[in-house]
Amino acid sequence: MTFPSELKYSKTHEWVKFEDETTAYIGITDYAQDQLGDLVFVNLPEEGDEVTRDEAFADVESVKAVSDVMSPVTGTIAEVNEELQDSPEMMNEHPYDAWFIKVTDISECSDLISAEEYEAFIAEEQ
Amino acid sequence: MGNYVPGTKEEQNAMLKACGFSCFEDLYRDVPEEVFLKRDLDLPEGLPELEVRKKMNALASKNTLFEHIFRGGGSYHHYIPEIVNEIAGRREFLTAYTPYQAEISQGILQSIFEYQTSICELTGMDASNASVYDGATAAAEACAMCVDRKRSRILVSATVDPKILSVVKTYSFGHGSEVVVIPEKDGETDCEALKAALDQQTACVLFQQPNFYGIFENAALICDAAHESRAKAIASVNPVSLALFRTPGEYGADIAVGEGQPLGIPMSFGGPYIGFMACKSAMMRKLPGRIVGQTTDVDGKRGYVLTLQAREQHIRREKASSNICSNEALCAMRVSIYLSAMGRLGLREVAEQCTSKAHYLKDALACAGLTPVFDKEFFHEFVTECADPGAVLSALKKHGILGGLPLGDGRILWCATEMNTKQEMDMTADIVKEVLRK
Amino acid sequence: MKLIFERSSAGRGTSYLPACDVPSVTPNTELREIALHLPEVPETEIDRHYTELSHQVYGVNTGFYPLGSCTMKYNPMINEAAASLPGFAEIHPLAGDENTQGALEVMKLLEDSLKEITGMDAVTLQPAAGAHGEFTGLLLIKAWHKAKGNDKRTKIIVPDSAHGTNPASAAMAGFEVVSIPSDENGCVDIDALKAAVGEDTAGLMLTNPNTVGIFDKNITEITKIIHDAGGVNYYDGANLNAVMGVARPGDMGFDVVHVNLHKTFSTPHGGGGPGSGPVGCKEFLKEFLPGIQAECTEDGTAFRSVREEHSIGDMRSFGSNFSVVVKALAYVLSLGKTGIRETSENAVLNANYLMHLLKKNYECAYDRTCMHEFVLDLAHLKEEHGISALDVAKALLDAGIHPPTMYFPLIVHEALMFEPTETETKETLEACALAMENILKEALANPEGAHAKPEHTMIRRLDEVGAARNPVIRYTFDSEEK
Repeated sequence: MTFPSELKYSKTHEWVKFEDETTAYIGITDYAQDQLGDLVFVNLPEEGDEVTRDEAFADVESVKAVSDVMSPVTGTIAEVNEELQDSPEMMNEHPYDAWFIKVTDISECSDLISAEEYEAFIAEEQ
Repeated sequence: MGNYVPGTKEEQNAMLKACGFSCFEDLYRDVPEEVFLKRDLDLPEGLPELEVRKKMNALASKNTLFEHIFRGGGSYHHYIPEIVNEIAGRREFLTAYTPYQAEISQGILQSIFEYQTSICELTGMDASNASVYDGATAAAEACAMCVDRKRSRILVSATVDPKILSVVKTYSFGHGSEVVVIPEKDGETDCEALKAALDQQTACVLFQQPNFYGIFENAALICDAAHESRAKAIASVNPVSLALFRTPGEYGADIAVGEGQPLGIPMSFGGPYIGFMACKSAMMRKLPGRIVGQTTDVDGKRGYVLTLQAREQHIRREKASSNICSNEALCAMRVSIYLSAMGRLGLREVAEQCTSKAHYLKDALACAGLTPVFDKEFFHEFVTECADPGAVLSALKKHGILGGLPLGDGRILWCATEMNTKQEMDMTADIVKEVLRK
Repeated sequence: MKLIFERSSAGRGTSYLPACDVPSVTPNTELREIALHLPEVPETEIDRHYTELSHQVYGVNTGFYPLGSCTMKYNPMINEAAASLPGFAEIHPLAGDENTQGALEVMKLLEDSLKEITGMDAVTLQPAAGAHGEFTGLLLIKAWHKAKGNDKRTKIIVPDSAHGTNPASAAMAGFEVVSIPSDENGCVDIDALKAAVGEDTAGLMLTNPNTVGIFDKNITEITKIIHDAGGVNYYDGANLNAVMGVARPGDMGFDVVHVNLHKTFSTPHGGGGPGSGPVGCKEFLKEFLPGIQAECTEDGTAFRSVREEHSIGDMRSFGSNFSVVVKALAYVLSLGKTGIRETSENAVLNANYLMHLLKKNYECAYDRTCMHEFVLDLAHLKEEHGISALDVAKALLDAGIHPPTMYFPLIVHEALMFEPTETETKETLEACALAMENILKEALANPEGAHAKPEHTMIRRLDEVGAARNPVIRYTFDSEEK
C-alpha cells in the first residue's frame, strides 16, 4: 500500500491534492479501495454543484456494499472525472490517478493530515 | 385438519425432549403472560382437502363467468396458449425463492434475462428491469426515477388510466412530490396546456399510448415538449400494440412502462399482474428492483446473476430509490413463454386482430345506435355515449355478454380482442339495437 | 445452455389463432419501423427449453430450503387447483360487484381470518408484496399524523437488526430513519429507544420475533414507550410464522401490521414473486386504508366492495393479487384454528431441534431458545481458519441443500440464518446437521478447497464484479438478423 507524501489525507480516507490554496483534486486512498474491495460503480455529483466539508459528495459501489465519499473541503466542483464511470477498476488499480472531482474556490478545509500521520492512523484503526 | 406438519405426536415429543423441553408452551417462555393467547383463535376447525375443494368450487361458482367479454380498461381478455399454463405451473419454478444463490438458480435467472431482452425489443429501449408489481406501480416508480431535489413536479395527462393516476398520487404522497394533471381535449392530451405547464421544476411527463380511451396520442410531440424543458418523458404503453405501432424508443420516450397482463396472464380479478419498466441506457442505474446480468463462472461458462445490486434496498437501505424487493418472476416467465409461443408474427397477428375487431365493433355499435364519442385513430378500445348505459349492459348480461366499462355520463369504454368473433359482435350489436329502440 | 433466442429460426412457430373474420383495418397512425426480435421457435423446442431451465432451479419441491426470514414451507397443491378454477382465473376485475360475489366473499373470508390472527380491526388485501405492505402501512401512519396536524412527526425508529426494506420503506414514505442499536440479545435496547423518542417520533417499525429469531420479552414496554411519545407501532409480519395462535401483534401493542401470504400462508414464491402483503390496522387507522375492502350487506345475503372516505388512494391498479389471496384462503380453511397454532408450534420446534443439532459443531450467535429461526455466527471460524459463512453456504450447494440466509442480520458479521419451517421431517433436519458437520470437517482439513465450492453444480461461482462493472443485461442480436 502506498501513500504519496505530496498529498494530504482525511481520516475518512480521502486524499487531497492541492493545485493552489483554493483548488484541489479529491479521490479515495489506497487503504480505502483495499477495504472496499472490487469497486464496480461510482455515483458522481455534477459540475457546478457545491461541496461542503465533512459531507458526502459521491458514493462508491462494490458488488454487495455502497459507501459514501466525504468531501474534506468546501467549494465548487469545477470538473468531474467521468472516466471512472466507464472504468471503475481505475479506483482499485490506480487510486491516486483516479481523482473524483476538482474543486475550486475552496473556502474551508477539514483537518487534513500528512502521509506519515495517515499511515499511523490506519495502523491504529486496524 | 391438514396442517402439513409431517411429524407424529410421538416424534414431536421426542424432539421436544431432545432439546430439553417438556411441552410446546416451554418454547414460548419469552412471550410475556399478558400477550400469550389463552384461547383458541376464533376461526372454524380445519377442513380435509375434499371439503376445501368443495368450498372453493362453491365460491368460484358464485362469480359470473361471461362467455363473451368486451371490457378492458386495464385488464384484457386474450388467448393464452396452453403451454404457458403448463410450463409456468412446473413446481421447480413455482416453489423457488428469489435467485440469490446463482449456482442453483440459473433457470430463473436465464428466464429473467430472456424476459428483459423481450421487453427491450418490444419497447425499443436499451435496458429493462426484472419487472415490478403491475403497470400502475411501474408508472409510479418511473416518476420516482425522474424526481430529484431540483425537479419534483410530475405532470400526468388526464388521458392516463385513472387507476394509474391514483397510484402515482399515492406514491407521491410518500416522496412528497407534486402531481399536476394536464387536461384533455377531444380525448387526447391537450399539448398546449402541457407546454404551458412545463417548467424548470418539472421532473417528468407521464402519458399513455394508446391512452385510456384507446386513442393514439401524438407521442413524439409530448416527448419533444418534455425534453425542451429538460424533463423526462414516460410512456405507459400497451405491450400488444407495440408489435404494430410506433414504439417508445422511436418516439423518444426516456422510460417505457406498462401492464404486462395482456401477454399471457389471466385476468384473475386483478392480479397478480406484472409491470414492465424499460429505459434508455443513460437511466439504467436509476431503474428500481432486480436486474439480471450475464457473466461467466470460474470455469468460463456463461451464466447469469442478479446485478447492479448496490441500487437496491437490502444494500442501500434508507438511501435506496425504491423499497421494492420482489419482482413478479413467475409472471415474467409467463410473459416470456407467451412471447416465445406467439413469436414475432403471432404477436403481430394478435395486434392486428385486436385493431380490426375493435373497429368492426365500433361500426356495428354505431349502426345499432351507440354513438362514438371521439373521431380519432384508436387501437382496441373506444368510447360510446347513450342515455342509459345500465340498460344496455344488463341486456347484454342476460346473453352472457360482459359489455364495455361504464365511465359515467352515459359513456361506455368498449374493448375487442382476438377472442371476439364477428358472430358475437353482430349479436352484441343486435341486442344493443333492441335496447335502444325501446 | 442456449438462450431461447439462440434456438430461434425465422419463420418457425406454432399457430394459435383462427384467421381474422372481419375486414382488416390499419389505423392512420405511425407504425413500428424498427425490427422486432422475438423467438421464432416450434412448441417442442419451447417445451424442451423450459424443461432444461427447470432442471437448473432449486425449489421447495427439490429439497430442504432453510432460508432464514423467507419461510420456505411446503406449498400445498390444493391451493394451486383452487386458484386456477375458471370461476376465479377468468374474472374481469372491473366486472362489477354483482358479477363477482364469490370473489368478494373470498376477500371477506381472508380479511376476517387475518384480522383474527393478527388482532387487528381492518385489513386491506391490496399490497402486492411485503415491502409494498410496509409502504402502505407507513402511508397510513403518515396520513393519520397529517390529519391530526402533527406536521413535525417525521421520524421512524428502526432497530439496526431490521430487514433492509424497513428503512427503505420509511424513506419512500417520506420519513427520516432513526436507527437504534440492539442489546446483547439482539433485542431492542430500551434505554436507546427511550433516548430516541420525542415530539418528532412518527412511529416504530419492528418485527417480533426479531431478525435473530428471539421473541422480545419487553414488547409491551416497547410499544408503550412509542405510544406515550405519540407515535404509532408498525409490525413487520416477516416472522409471523413463529407465533400464530400464540401471540397476536394487536395484543402486543402494534397498530398496523403487514403479513406475507407468500411466507406465512404457504403461497409459492414463484422464483421471486408474485407475493402478497396484506396490511391490517387498528380502528383509528382504518379510514385511511387504500383500495377496496369486501363487506357483507346489511341483510347478510350479499357482498359489496367499499372504499374508505379518507383513503390514501391506491397502491396498485386493482384490489389484490387475487389468485394469491385464493391460495392463502384455501390454506387457512385447511388448517383451521387448531392447525394454525400447531403450524407455529412446530415451526419453532423444528428450529430449536435443528439448532440443538448444529450447536455440537457450530457457534450460535445467541445461545438460547429460539423462535422459528436462529443465527449461527462463524466469526471464529473465519478468524482462526479463514472459512467464511459464504464458504459453508456454497458447500451446502454440493450437498444438495439450499443454503441458509447469509450475512443477515447485519449485526452478526459471519451470519448463517436457518429457518427450517414446520413442514420438514425430523430426518431432513438430521440430514442437514450431518451435512453441516461433514462440511466443517472437510473445510478444516482443506481450507483452500472450501473457497472453491461448489464443485458439482452445473454453474460454479460467478464473476459478479465483472457483471456489475460491464453490465450485459439483454441479448444482442447480430446485425444480419435485423
